[in-house]
Amino acid sequence: MNATSPPTLELKAVSKSFGSVEALREVDFEVRDGEVMALVGDNGAGKSTLIKCVAGIYSIDDGQILFEGKPVTIHGPKDAARLGIEVVYQDLALCDNLDVVQNMYLGRELHDPVFRLREAPMEQRTADTLKSLSVTTIRSVRQPVATLSGGQRQSVAVARAVLWNNRVVFLDEPTAALGVAQTRQVLELVKRLAEQGIAVVLVSHNLVDVFQVATRITVLRLGRNVGVYEKDKTNEQEIVEAITFGAPAPEEAEVA
Amino acid sequence: MSSAAPAEIQAAAEDQDSVAAILRARWRAIKSGDVGSLPVIIGIVAIGLFFNSKSDIFFSAVNFQNLIQQMAAVSVIAIGVVFVLLIGEIDLSIGFASGLAGVAVAEFQLPGSSHQYAGLVALALAILTGVVVGLIQGSVIAFIGVPSFVVTLAGLLICQGLILKILGSQGVIGIQDQQINDIANYVLSKNTGWIVAIVFTVALAAAAFGSYFSRMRAGLPTGNILLTTIRVAFFGGLAFASVYVCNQAKPRPGVPLVGLIVLFLVVLAGYVAGRTTFGRHVYAVGGNAEAARRAGINVKLIRILVFMISGAMAAMGGVILASRLNGVDLNAGGGTLLLDSISAAVIGGVSLFGGRGRVSGALFGGLIIGMIANGIDLVGYTDAIKLITTGAILLAAVTLDTVLRRRQAAAGR
Repeated sequence: MNATSPPTLELKAVSKSFGSVEALREVDFEVRDGEVMALVGDNGAGKSTLIKCVAGIYSIDDGQILFEGKPVTIHGPKDAARLGIEVVYQDLALCDNLDVVQNMYLGRELHDPVFRLREAPMEQRTADTLKSLSVTTIRSVRQPVATLSGGQRQSVAVARAVLWNNRVVFLDEPTAALGVAQTRQVLELVKRLAEQGIAVVLVSHNLVDVFQVATRITVLRLGRNVGVYEKDKTNEQEIVEAITFGAPAPEEAEVA
Repeated sequence: MSSAAPAEIQAAAEDQDSVAAILRARWRAIKSGDVGSLPVIIGIVAIGLFFNSKSDIFFSAVNFQNLIQQMAAVSVIAIGVVFVLLIGEIDLSIGFASGLAGVAVAEFQLPGSSHQYAGLVALALAILTGVVVGLIQGSVIAFIGVPSFVVTLAGLLICQGLILKILGSQGVIGIQDQQINDIANYVLSKNTGWIVAIVFTVALAAAAFGSYFSRMRAGLPTGNILLTTIRVAFFGGLAFASVYVCNQAKPRPGVPLVGLIVLFLVVLAGYVAGRTTFGRHVYAVGGNAEAARRAGINVKLIRILVFMISGAMAAMGGVILASRLNGVDLNAGGGTLLLDSISAAVIGGVSLFGGRGRVSGALFGGLIIGMIANGIDLVGYTDAIKLITTGAILLAAVTLDTVLRRRQAAAGR
């Protein structure tokens, strides 16, 4: 992590409104290669809106998105994919009726000039990618996702991000619906993602999870960024206060 | 890295591809609700045995020929239904859209009118009619978001109205064009039939073994060579047996051309659905439209294209029916055609909930519907029995689909 180089992804004073509701108010946000940036906040804090703006589902009203220091515009999922930004959604990521390979390549299938699918290389690379992430619990990459457990599904969704050599991966509540063992599995996976040099953004309600894997923590409250904390220099108490009451006054923060 | 590694991988792959392992995997899949075409095959055998016990001529050569000609239109329309069901929508306009295409083909060959064209041109114009119907309906569904049930219900009424308006007071148009009448009525010469069977078997073998060896080269699980051979031999044998039986029929021995058309369309549509990016996206939209959209798939375009396919297939079915009757009348596209076609797709194992099923289901379902209609006519039961039986089988198919879907969902948790 080089602090002098520009962040991999940076948001500057980004605003987004839905009618009279301001979901994001001049939010600054950044994430760097190889770090896990946690994004926390109460319901309605703007986490999902921020993700959707970066993913190209929503367009931003105001502000700037910079990728490696250069301003970019993201108008749709394809723009985000081209930059190497991948969002792993909590529940909307996979097609249950398709198998693991088909899901990994969804929307970006390898094909020859007449749009005939090239199954063999897709299957090979899927197996290799799962192996590189030490995902060993999936019996066959040709089984439908419907037959996988929650943790396995999440692993497939995360592996999809790796397969495409993405630079920035957003994980939206990856552990929300999982049991203890599966949660540990997924958190391990999150760490391995960052170790591969990817900039990881972990959106979570669960501060225990956050403190296990995050390097920094960004707190959103009512559409504003109320502070960015180094994990090693803060504690759960401070984060909970920031989530519920907002940050200390700016002068205080500067003194600290 | 070590020299032992490839050998180990190979051993593992061989293990996975043994007959026992494949059967075990298949059995696991059946238990978790993925039964494939098993119920359909059981159904076809059961219905065949039943009518064979009731009628001496059910399994005769000439009746086999008949059956092919009777089931053709429904099977072709059902191909379109498969695509529509795969994206989780419904198309109620297919019945009268096919009728409208039948009227169109009759109009465009009408001798002495200002718009008389050669038979194949009239055919193309009729199919274009169906494509336009699909394009309009698909656009309203995709862009405005009106439920397909309502849009195609309106389409049904409009198409029926157009049929009545065009046919007017005379109420019937005869078809004299030889090319058009040949579509449903021509039978191939005996030798042409054999050539078709040979070409079909060779193509099947090339596809199956080509895929086997290319997967082997890539070091992927290949499936078992013995099972692959058995499968090719089975379907090849089926093709030769069909040609043999058709060639025994009297007074006009030979394979009906329309049977070949159905087979060609099923294979083509099956290829599009199973082997192309478009087909993959169709399944994705049916499985989880939101995930498909977020993966960058143009969901609206897929929806519109699927309704255009549905319209085209309905039109082809309508032309086959018009050709078979050598003309169209005010009943064109009416009766049980719509429900038979949707039933065929559903009985063929295509889920009403979207995303699951195969194009070949249209052929199997069409066969079951055709066998019931044909058998009941032979035995001399009434239409009442025909409707009740078809309804009961449809209900059974949908119930099975629902139960299996629940089972598959439960297997994942």
